[in-house]
Amino acid sequence: MARTPGKPVVDEKSATASGGEDDLKEATPRKITRRCFLGTMTAVGASTLISPSHLNAAEGFEGWPNRFGMLTDLTACVGCRSCEKACNEANKLPRPSAPFDDASVFNDKRRPDAKAYTVVNRYADPKDKNKFVYRKMQCNHCNEPACATACPIHAYNKTPEGPVVYNENLCFGCRYCMTACPFYVPAYDYDSALEPKIVKCTMCYGRVKTGGIPACAEACPMGAITFGKRNDLLKLAREKISKSPDRYIDHIYGEQEVGGTSWLYISGVPFEHLGFPTNLPKRPLLEETKGFLSAVPLVFTVWPALFGMCYAALRHRDEAAKEKAETEKKEEVKHE
Amino acid sequence: MSDGATRTENFRSWFMDKLLMGMTWPEYIRTLITPFNIVAALILSVGLPLIAMRFMFGLATITHASNDYPWGLLLGWGLFGGVPLSATGFVMATAYYIFGFKKYHPLVRLAVLTGLLGYFFAVIYLLTDLGRPWRIYYPMTIAFGTASVLFLVAWHVATYLTVQLIEFSPAILEWIRSRRVRKWALRITIGMTIGGIILSTLHQSALGAMFLLAPGKVHPLWYSSYIPIFYLSSSVYAALAMVIVVSTLVARFLRNRADENFLGNLDRLTLGLGKGAGIGIYVYFALKVLGVAHDDHWALLNTPYGYWFLVEILFFVLLPGLIFTCGVKKQRVGAVRFAAFFAVIGIIVNRLNITIITFNWNLPGHLHHIIPPWQEVAVVMSIATIHILLFRWILNRMPVLREEPGYEAH
Repeated sequence: MARTPGKPVVDEKSATASGGEDDLKEATPRKITRRCFLGTMTAVGASTLISPSHLNAAEGFEGWPNRFGMLTDLTACVGCRSCEKACNEANKLPRPSAPFDDASVFNDKRRPDAKAYTVVNRYADPKDKNKFVYRKMQCNHCNEPACATACPIHAYNKTPEGPVVYNENLCFGCRYCMTACPFYVPAYDYDSALEPKIVKCTMCYGRVKTGGIPACAEACPMGAITFGKRNDLLKLAREKISKSPDRYIDHIYGEQEVGGTSWLYISGVPFEHLGFPTNLPKRPLLEETKGFLSAVPLVFTVWPALFGMCYAALRHRDEAAKEKAETEKKEEVKHE
Repeated sequence: MSDGATRTENFRSWFMDKLLMGMTWPEYIRTLITPFNIVAALILSVGLPLIAMRFMFGLATITHASNDYPWGLLLGWGLFGGVPLSATGFVMATAYYIFGFKKYHPLVRLAVLTGLLGYFFAVIYLLTDLGRPWRIYYPMTIAFGTASVLFLVAWHVATYLTVQLIEFSPAILEWIRSRRVRKWALRITIGMTIGGIILSTLHQSALGAMFLLAPGKVHPLWYSSYIPIFYLSSSVYAALAMVIVVSTLVARFLRNRADENFLGNLDRLTLGLGKGAGIGIYVYFALKVLGVAHDDHWALLNTPYGYWFLVEILFFVLLPGLIFTCGVKKQRVGAVRFAAFFAVIGIIVNRLNITIITFNWNLPGHLHHIIPPWQEVAVVMSIATIHILLFRWILNRMPVLREEPGYEAH
């Protein structure tokens, strides 16, 4: 399940800069620190301290209960690239150089780029050298997205519906989200001089919001991509695995990786054979920087006292030395 | 001629006199024709058009434009490598103003200037690399990613740049003879110094903390929960080594801009700085060993990346430390200077290791992806050249390596 002990990223994200955590702060001062203490330390603090009050259960928050997800059954995928085609059309992306029925693209390992939100790659089946396994790759829409944590301008937003969306109107192009993303997903259109932006799958947020389903799921002729509530998808995935233990390995990728993702995968071969990163912690990546960031207020308060004290001690020594010198001088005068 | 016009004319001639250092234009231009300047002009003639192209046609014209490797030499060298070497201002100002190491007075202004320009050019590298640099102020006013370590870095670098400008302002104010403003600037020296310590502690370590978000990408030998402390601790010895490097270079190439107080004391002060740098290196080295022990990564040392890790911490960290110690013991200033250059290179190697060389180490064909395109190298060299030219321009004019007659020391 979404066992993330994280807090609702969602609200602060959507509240952008105005958010109000005053109520919350009084009741549970410790709990808001993760995302907000930095703000309190800087002049902008005041504005980040306000946020909707329905955030009360911050620490135990396990993600939005009704958020959607996708389940990709890699054993069903035949590499037809219908999903790529549907995605390209639904998102009005530029036409690719090779048509979508061209299998030669499988000779290279591709990744989502400025012109494609999703790609399908082909891998040799480790159990049977004559067979192939296909893997669809796109944004996994993490429960606690590292891209959103990385972004210094809050351009990313984990929506209550599940998709992680990006707002190019805020982005200044530092590309820290690309560095932070554990799945190598966000792409940048380096060719644009005036309006370069991050490009990544939106889980068809516009469609999902209005009750539709993402284009790739709709297009898949094999039923390999299921759209639904993430909780239901986890049940479905477990059911599939327990019904056909020979067909699947016993692992739902995305259930726990980096705190869980909205996009889930089940597979017949171990995920490391399919280019999935398998060296990731189970807790959200946000947790890795939390300790460092919580030291920030300490430095701001303790350092001035500590170094001010050093300076005071130095002054004191100087003055004492001066006084001593003056007394000695006076004594000398007396002796004379 | 009216009174106002005379005053304007007087100001103009006074100002041109300041800028041209008392020479006429033809004289001034003649002094500019030197071998160094010719090399600089050659580099800039390649690099500046490339920078212009980058802004006309996008980042793809000068970088790899890679989605897996979003950061290259511009940030790896310019920001991550440049900032620790610019800790000079904070380290020397702290030693002098807060801890009372009074004998280092001749080096304080030089250290503050090195820091100020180092940060300024780190921002220039960043602006070259940002997709939309004209939005640089967004984290300050438009939207706040308060959970982001980069948000902290952005705020701190901006604030610290201001702090350092104020710290250096007495030199500028003496140059333009603004006695009254200078007095105000001096009053806040201690406040600015302590502010500098806070900001430097946090953003030096924050540059390391930025990589904490990428545990799957940075090689485990370099990825450690101690990264912020590694970065902070190494910046301290980097600063001391950098002060030695810069003072050595200016004492050689800008000798006529320095007074006897600077030149006569330099050897003695270099030995003192070398002693500090040596100790700093041992502290950092111990921390690095603790880092391996903490994560129990001993077995990884016996892998190709492990050998490179050992090269880094034994050859580029411990060895300069030992040379520092021997040099100080035997009072050999030359050896200390050599160790300082060596240590500075070691810092750059470490920062490049984390940002470029071992970043994405587990991607197939990784090492083929990290060689920067020549265009990016040319751009980096151009910005570095402008950095040196501006540095020299200031040292030629303002009282940095010398005391200005008529102004008491502070």
